Amino acid sequence: MALEKTSVTITVNNDTYTRDIEPRQLLVHFLRDSLGLTGTHIGCDTSQCGACTVLLNGDPVKSCTVLTVQAADQEVTTVEGLGTIEELHPVQQGFWEQHGLQCGFCTPGVMITAVGLLKQNPQPTEAEIREGLEGVICRCTGYQNIVRAIQAAAEQFDATPAQTQAAATTGVTEGGE
Amino acid sequence: MAEVQGIGVRVKRKEDPRLITGEGRYTEDIQLPGMLYAEVVRSPHAHARIKRIDTTAALSSPGVVAVFTGADIEGHVAPIPTAWLPPDSDIKTTAHPALAVDRVRYVGDGVAMVVADDRYRARDAAELVKVEYEPLPATADQELAMGEGAPLLHDDAPGNIAFHWRAGNATDEVFEQAEVVVRHRFRQQRLIPNPMEMRAAVAEYNRSTGDLTLYSTSQNPHIHRFLLSGVLGIPEHKLRVIATDVGGGFGAKIACYPDEALVCHAARVLNRPVKWSEDRSEHFLATTHGRDHIEDVEIAGKQDGTITAIRVRAIANMGAYLSTAAPGVPTILFGLIVPGPYRIPYAGADVYGVFTNTTPTDAYRGAGRPEATYLLERMVDLFAAEIGMDAVAVRQKNLIPSDQFPYETAMGLSYDSGNYQLALHNALETADYETLRATQAELRKEGKYLGVGVTTYVEICGLGPSQVAGAVGFQGGLWESSTVRVHPTGKVTVFTGASPHGQGEETTFAQIVADKLHIPVEDVEIVHGDTARISMGWGTYGSRTTPVGGSALAVATDRVVEKAKKIAAHMLEAAPEDVEFVDGSFQVKGIPTKSTSFHDVTLQAYLAWNLPAGVEPALEGQAFYDPTNFTYSFGTHICVVEVEAETGQIHLRRYIAVDDCGRVINPMIAEGQVHGGIVQGIGQALYEGAVYDDQAQLLTGSFMDYAMPRANFFPRFETSFTETPSPHNPLGVKGIGETGTIAATPTVVNAVMDALRPFGVKDIQMPLSPERVWSAIRNGGSAE
Ligand code: FES
Ligand code: FES
Repeated sequence: MALEKTSVTITVNNDTYTRDIEPRQLLVHFLRDSLGLTGTHIGCDTSQCGACTVLLNGDPVKSCTVLTVQAADQEVTTVEGLGTIEELHPVQQGFWEQHGLQCGFCTPGVMITAVGLLKQNPQPTEAEIREGLEGVICRCTGYQNIVRAIQAAAEQFDATPAQTQAAATTGVTEGGE
Repeated sequence: MAEVQGIGVRVKRKEDPRLITGEGRYTEDIQLPGMLYAEVVRSPHAHARIKRIDTTAALSSPGVVAVFTGADIEGHVAPIPTAWLPPDSDIKTTAHPALAVDRVRYVGDGVAMVVADDRYRARDAAELVKVEYEPLPATADQELAMGEGAPLLHDDAPGNIAFHWRAGNATDEVFEQAEVVVRHRFRQQRLIPNPMEMRAAVAEYNRSTGDLTLYSTSQNPHIHRFLLSGVLGIPEHKLRVIATDVGGGFGAKIACYPDEALVCHAARVLNRPVKWSEDRSEHFLATTHGRDHIEDVEIAGKQDGTITAIRVRAIANMGAYLSTAAPGVPTILFGLIVPGPYRIPYAGADVYGVFTNTTPTDAYRGAGRPEATYLLERMVDLFAAEIGMDAVAVRQKNLIPSDQFPYETAMGLSYDSGNYQLALHNALETADYETLRATQAELRKEGKYLGVGVTTYVEICGLGPSQVAGAVGFQGGLWESSTVRVHPTGKVTVFTGASPHGQGEETTFAQIVADKLHIPVEDVEIVHGDTARISMGWGTYGSRTTPVGGSALAVATDRVVEKAKKIAAHMLEAAPEDVEFVDGSFQVKGIPTKSTSFHDVTLQAYLAWNLPAGVEPALEGQAFYDPTNFTYSFGTHICVVEVEAETGQIHLRRYIAVDDCGRVINPMIAEGQVHGGIVQGIGQALYEGAVYDDQAQLLTGSFMDYAMPRANFFPRFETSFTETPSPHNPLGVKGIGETGTIAATPTVVNAVMDALRPFGVKDIQMPLSPERVWSAIRNGGSAE
């Protein structure tokens, strides 16, 4: 059962990593165990909770359903790459200001989902936000303040120049591609 | 001076910066050098004899370091204890081995633990452990389990009866003589707490010192240290339990589980760090469930709406073993609150706890109080319908008047304070109740079914005092500790025995200290969840953190101020009684110019060059606070639903919550607690339910089968507070963490039943799925 390891190169939060991994390894375990990026969480084993959501080339994916090898030579953004405490991403800012988290366990995945949602629809209605959150589970907040947090982020986007907006949406804070 | 964000302010949470940047540290995030991974092999049978366990293949699997079976750990890991033993209940605490030795009693019962150098390899090897079982008859239903010929789980618990507990003063006579009696049977379905963080444990052992450190997903690390010390035979001073960032608990992380003990044992034997983490499917089987009662209820009253008596005979499903706090849940936390917020002179509870071949049950958010509130609030509606009175009018007639506090109930509890009428009034006004009723009548003419449900509730919270804990059989204290350490620069570190895991006490506790010391909240750091740093604590559950832990903090901070005042007086050459602490400085009364700042005093306390006689250096306050009584939060919730008669679909139109938790420390955080609680309460009413088949196999073992509430199921909730301070603690606070869950379930079900009144439907089994609602409409009665 010892599987042959294979070498992959993946860019995560603008840093490029090459590691020898088992082909069956899930991307979420690569991030957490191989890279030590533990901000991405695991909340289920049936692809239903969204706790593991990351951006793959700018679009949200559930990293528990992606094999590490499938992400080879691509760009991943995790919560650690979203913003820093000195320079928070508008979504992070929204979650902090509107009390969008309690235990914080679902939060990285929910925030990344929100980034994807706002990329698709920069000015969503409350109903659209709630629909957009269909793929995530939060057991603590009752979702109300998550909705507010995303609304606050959308407002902040609205007030931000378009260029910064695009950068913030993909989670690339400087340089870009 | 800097702005003080004290009590009552919407301070942004101090815990958030690390959590929104991915820098939190949950147990599963811990990586230690040389760490091994453990996987537990679990029984696929609900009840079976273990004939043989063959670990050879597993042991020779790549990367495997060890395999432990029940026989291997005998004498090293003692059975898992039960820590709540209600008195006079003939309780049977049957042995619960950490790994089954000769018999498994539920699907998920552990039979072996495999330890390997990698999590994938541990799982590979776990599949190679061969267990030969001889299946035995099993049952998941508590009523069947206590009946004739049911399979016996434990030889020392005849009839599968774990305990039988009674309380109250209601007699048969009271019911025989009543003008009106309404009887009903309810089934509180089984729920699965499902915090988003599953359980995990990392243990590290130092063979030369004998020190063992356990990182764990715990709501009460000191209780875990206390119990595990006994289970593992490691003295308490050599055992450290750490639970800093914990991803929700809702009761499921109170219990002492076999798995955490096994991880410690493996680390000790192998002398290497060992990590174990559940996956979600395992969580469904191996972490405690909640609720699961069958309740026969009787309510008695008069035609004028007066309620004279209520009593319940309940059969509580305890699962295969008695979990840590489990026996207290369907007894003390349930039976004693059955009369609720009403002046009901007679009340009674008669509860059987029964063993079945299911995952053990224990506390789940609200723990006992949602069950009691549900049956009471549903019965009040059924009683109102019986006598043809408006359900709100019945409540108004029976609520305890605000001038009757403290109020002694038929169950012997003493409610501290309340203005139940005000909460009801505010909720009705927000909802615009009269208009809603008019709209309802209009819509009915058009074949649209609007329903309005109301719940008025009271809950026991702030678990303590310890004397009561002892009297009700809780095998621990219910006080709380706090140390407030003021550093020479005036910054403050607080050590609390409470163990928040999402409730925001790093912020609200800092606000309490900031309020008292007139310093910025940024200057206060709250330390929790580490038995090596905090002297003692009883943890976070039963809405006790702020009433008990917060009060401990308040008392400790007052002690700091007292001592600082003596030092300040000495500095100002005044008598201590002439000095007052105003806006962050100590000043001589009446002479504001003669003053010294808090910072000057803290520095002098440490320099100790010139302290008054009898005053020791340094500035630290400590309190071991035991409350004088429980506190009782209360409120009114109202829900408006629309039911589609053709499909049975329920649409939540509005949800109004007016809660009273005494003084509110941080309204933003209190609202958040209410939102989350409401969603869990509605989850029970409409979506969630664990289902076992007749072989006691769990059919709802993942998020695919167990419906978790999601964002698009809900409208925006309308929440507000009334503030009636509790006289039972120095802060005047009560609990807020469980109110939403307690109130929401009956509120929503009452609303749906109100909508279905034209169809003659009186009750539907929860969760109210469209299919059940649709059948009930068609049958003009109960769906089942
Ligand atoms: S962990 Fe990926 S969806 Fe739940
Ligand atoms: S904040 Fe705890 S699960 Fe969402």
